[in-house]
Amino acid sequence: MSTTKIPAVEGWFTMTPTSAPTPVGAEPVALIGTRCTESGTYFFPPERVMSRAPGFAGSELVEVELSTRGRLWSYTDAQYQPPEPFVAPTEPYEPFCLAAVELAEEKLVVLGQVVAGVGVDDLLVGMEMELVLGTLYSDDEHEYTMWKWRPVAAEDGAATDDTTSTLTTTSTLTTTSTGVGS
Amino acid sequence: MSVEQVAVLGVGMHPWGKWGRNFVEYGVAAARDALADAGIDWRDVGFVAGADTMRNGYPGYVAGATFAQALGWTGIPVTSAYGACASGAMALDAARQRILSGMCDVALVVGADTTPKGFLKPNKGERGDDPDWLRFHLLGMTNPAYFAMWARRRIDLYGATSDDFAQVKIKNARHGLANPYARYRKEVTAEDIAKSPTVSSPLRLLDICATSDGGAAVVLTSMDYARKHLGSSAGSADPLVKVAAISTVTPTFPNTILEMPNFATDSAAGIAPPDRGFKQAIGDSAYAQAGLGPDDVDVAEVYDLSTALELDWYEDLGFCGVGEAEKILRDGVTTVGGRLPVNASGGLACFGEAVPAQALAQVCELTWQLRGTAQGTQVDNAKVGISANQGLFGHGSSVILTR
Repeated sequence: MSTTKIPAVEGWFTMTPTSAPTPVGAEPVALIGTRCTESGTYFFPPERVMSRAPGFAGSELVEVELSTRGRLWSYTDAQYQPPEPFVAPTEPYEPFCLAAVELAEEKLVVLGQVVAGVGVDDLLVGMEMELVLGTLYSDDEHEYTMWKWRPVAAEDGAATDDTTSTLTTTSTLTTTSTGVGS
Repeated sequence: MSVEQVAVLGVGMHPWGKWGRNFVEYGVAAARDALADAGIDWRDVGFVAGADTMRNGYPGYVAGATFAQALGWTGIPVTSAYGACASGAMALDAARQRILSGMCDVALVVGADTTPKGFLKPNKGERGDDPDWLRFHLLGMTNPAYFAMWARRRIDLYGATSDDFAQVKIKNARHGLANPYARYRKEVTAEDIAKSPTVSSPLRLLDICATSDGGAAVVLTSMDYARKHLGSSAGSADPLVKVAAISTVTPTFPNTILEMPNFATDSAAGIAPPDRGFKQAIGDSAYAQAGLGPDDVDVAEVYDLSTALELDWYEDLGFCGVGEAEKILRDGVTTVGGRLPVNASGGLACFGEAVPAQALAQVCELTWQLRGTAQGTQVDNAKVGISANQGLFGHGSSVILTR
């Protein structure tokens, strides 16, 4: 089966970054943001109509690739399968981690899924994280690509082989009638 | 900058639960109770404001008119407000403005919801330009995942523990035991919480509030009307409770705390963040309107979407310094009988969230607390009450009531 790689969302990231270093054992990716030239602030997802910095409505917005490394601001996981329009890439559902990473240069925090095989026990606030290209889900024709975070120390192969992670040992849970609130 | 006050003449609620009936029923039941509590006939109401629900079709988007029609059209003007969890406060503010501008003497505010099982999720349909749709599609980022990220920050920054979070749930479960409007009226132990499955680490199922059906309503009047009305006719509004503040502020750019349903925070690279963050600003605005401060507060109803979030509110509302919330919880300050009881109603832990009704339910509870007629757990001699909540898309609210 041959599938074409297409981004899961248009215009938010590039699979051919010009400045970012290629991560070890993974394909590169860089988030595309915009920078308000007069205030110096950044926007992600990219604002393309006008600057949201109050008082800088007339400022030019230029497209930039954001830093591909940052410090972990916070993290969690999704032990229950999120509802639609989330598409589970595996059957049965496998829990995954989510990371919020602070970019030093841009001074903003960006969310992303963490690559498969990394559990919450492998993460610590403040650790260095890097962006790699990952797969959100696939269908018969396409592999929908997405940016994902991973700890800088964890090389791709090592991370996916980590069978002691909390995620790979967690059984599938059913949503109870009390609901998973809010 | 104290703002002129209006009177809370009547409040009413429909019990929270998972009743599965039309939300209009709950709203109408609450409205009739509020009108009866005020001793006011529906035909004497001069303005109706509804808090919208996004999950019940068109009638939910025009809640004000939906409730007005169900109560019987009387020709009065209407508004419907949506502001996520702050919807009820926004509708309340519209009613207050009508009264303070002299356009009416009596206003009715109603919010109600019927919720589906499981995670709250976006409406159907592919919407690639809707951040609420995209965060589920591209990240699988549910509301509890955001709550969990904030909870993790407390652990990392202040050394909070899962047991601290559990103590919030245990306290609120106790507070709500006798509340006839609460959905869950059962003691919860630390063991129950520890045994409940993790939803989004570090939060377990019992750390996170459920979604519920419910309805709440408030009758506001001008102070003059209230004085005349109370002098001449029936009503249980004694002592008279007043609205001293309604805050519905938005964030100030750059907002550097991750908010639902966003993919990123604002950037602080070019413009310095404000000294007071968004959630702090919600309370600041309420205190400024009322001409009061945290030291004046006797009772609070805050949005415990998660146990950890209740702790954030202690700090954001100035009940203690940053990083001290766990300590005042452990010291019993926020338990009924303590200096500043929080969520004497049982909070969302006992109610679950009925989004458009919730901010109004907080006002109902505070009104009963200030009157000394709380049906669950009564706080002794409370004179000033504050509510706070926060929702998606830069919404939040705080209401201060006094007597």
